[in-house]
Amino acid sequence: MYGIVGYGSYLPRYRIKVEDIAKQWGADANALKRGLLLYEKTVPGLDEDTITISVEAARSALQRAKIDPQKIGAVYIGSESHPYAVKPSGTILIDALGIGPHVHVASYEFACKAGSEAMYVAYSLVKAGEMDYALGIGADTSQGAPGDALEYSASAGGAAFIMGKEKVVAEILFTHSYTSDTPDFWRREHEFYPRHAGRFTGEPAYFKHIYNSGKSLLEKSGMIPSDFQFAVFHMPNGKFPQEVGKKLGFTKEQMEVGWIVPWMGNTYSGSSPTGLAAILDVAKPGDKIFMVSFGSGAGSDGFIFQVTDEIEKVRNLAPKLRDMLDNDKIYLDYGQYAKFRKKIILNE
Amino acid sequence: MISPRYHRDIPQRYRLEGGKCTKCSYIAFPPRLVCPKCKSKSFEPYHLSREGKILTFTIIKVGPDKFSKETPYVVAIIELNDGARLTTQVADCDVERVALGAKVKLVFRKIQDEGKSGLHCYGYKAILL
Repeated sequence: MYGIVGYGSYLPRYRIKVEDIAKQWGADANALKRGLLLYEKTVPGLDEDTITISVEAARSALQRAKIDPQKIGAVYIGSESHPYAVKPSGTILIDALGIGPHVHVASYEFACKAGSEAMYVAYSLVKAGEMDYALGIGADTSQGAPGDALEYSASAGGAAFIMGKEKVVAEILFTHSYTSDTPDFWRREHEFYPRHAGRFTGEPAYFKHIYNSGKSLLEKSGMIPSDFQFAVFHMPNGKFPQEVGKKLGFTKEQMEVGWIVPWMGNTYSGSSPTGLAAILDVAKPGDKIFMVSFGSGAGSDGFIFQVTDEIEKVRNLAPKLRDMLDNDKIYLDYGQYAKFRKKIILNE
Repeated sequence: MISPRYHRDIPQRYRLEGGKCTKCSYIAFPPRLVCPKCKSKSFEPYHLSREGKILTFTIIKVGPDKFSKETPYVVAIIELNDGARLTTQVADCDVERVALGAKVKLVFRKIQDEGKSGLHCYGYKAILL
């Protein structure tokens, strides 16, 4: 049996409400909340980045897996906000957690699906028998240009998954990826903010890739939507995942637990992985979980998980996503938010 | 340029690695060559507890240049559950809420940058529980 042996998630404590961003740009907050189904989002502290988020999420994954960090053979961090252009984020993470130095490390990038890429490769290496354990992480401190629609959603957080073959808490039964050259969203080198193609990010990008990955995954597995207790999709806003889930045949109830975006925002590479972590925090042995990520550019990775008896032994060993989402929040106004996100030009 | 010193300090800054005196069990952090309690030179590696409480603290309202945009912030002496003490910043808090005896845990955070193009330097900070 191959799959997740330990998982962890992390969200910053800072938040900004949609009203505070809308007020700055003269936008109608109520219309935005109705249209996007977004209410507030996480904001990274001045001292937080993809690396610090990944370390805290992976620390929780290690607490749940209860394994010697030295046995981890690969560490992959997927993000579109790696703090260095040249120096893998994982080099710092392994030294922080006592992993390696005999370990394979790489930074992944595929817009919002870099995290599920890291999970897929970690799982595949363990399944191939190359190593006993591999760590895949999705984390971001997402960028959104001031005044752009993305500013209401781009948030911070991440989740980490240790793949292995013993004491598996969620077996991976099937996977399927769907990728094409679709220029819906991109960021050129040295540019601070991403660009996107407005409505083009919807039908030919998000919906096409998630639907085709999800449909093929169902066909490959011979399962139907009602076989699943939970479903989670990439969450660029509150509306898209509900629409694509409905199109694939899933109900609101199946998507409810993983649908954390209205209060978290879009954690880019951490989006569907944090939704999966929220589901694992409550799932029962035997439950099946359907997950499909989406990364602009564009592609989707689909996974079918089945939760095992082991989940009951590990779930309370580390902080839960919903607790981090609902508690200890510190609200920022737009001025503070602009400072935290380094949107103010300062002298050196 | 602080890169070489930063690299040398990684075990203690990233992983809270100290030394435990094999004669009298004194926990030295940062690691020492000679035990201040029994003068032994024999230490074994020791990972500090990540939880503790605030022994004392100060609120920095006028910070040094690199931290001047982060004021007001709290610097505290923390006593960890294993008795070791260290000085660190208390992050993610309303400074008026920080109190003597408050329970904290240590988290991995960025401490400073080496200018605009240099290294990001990481280490530990405390957050209130």
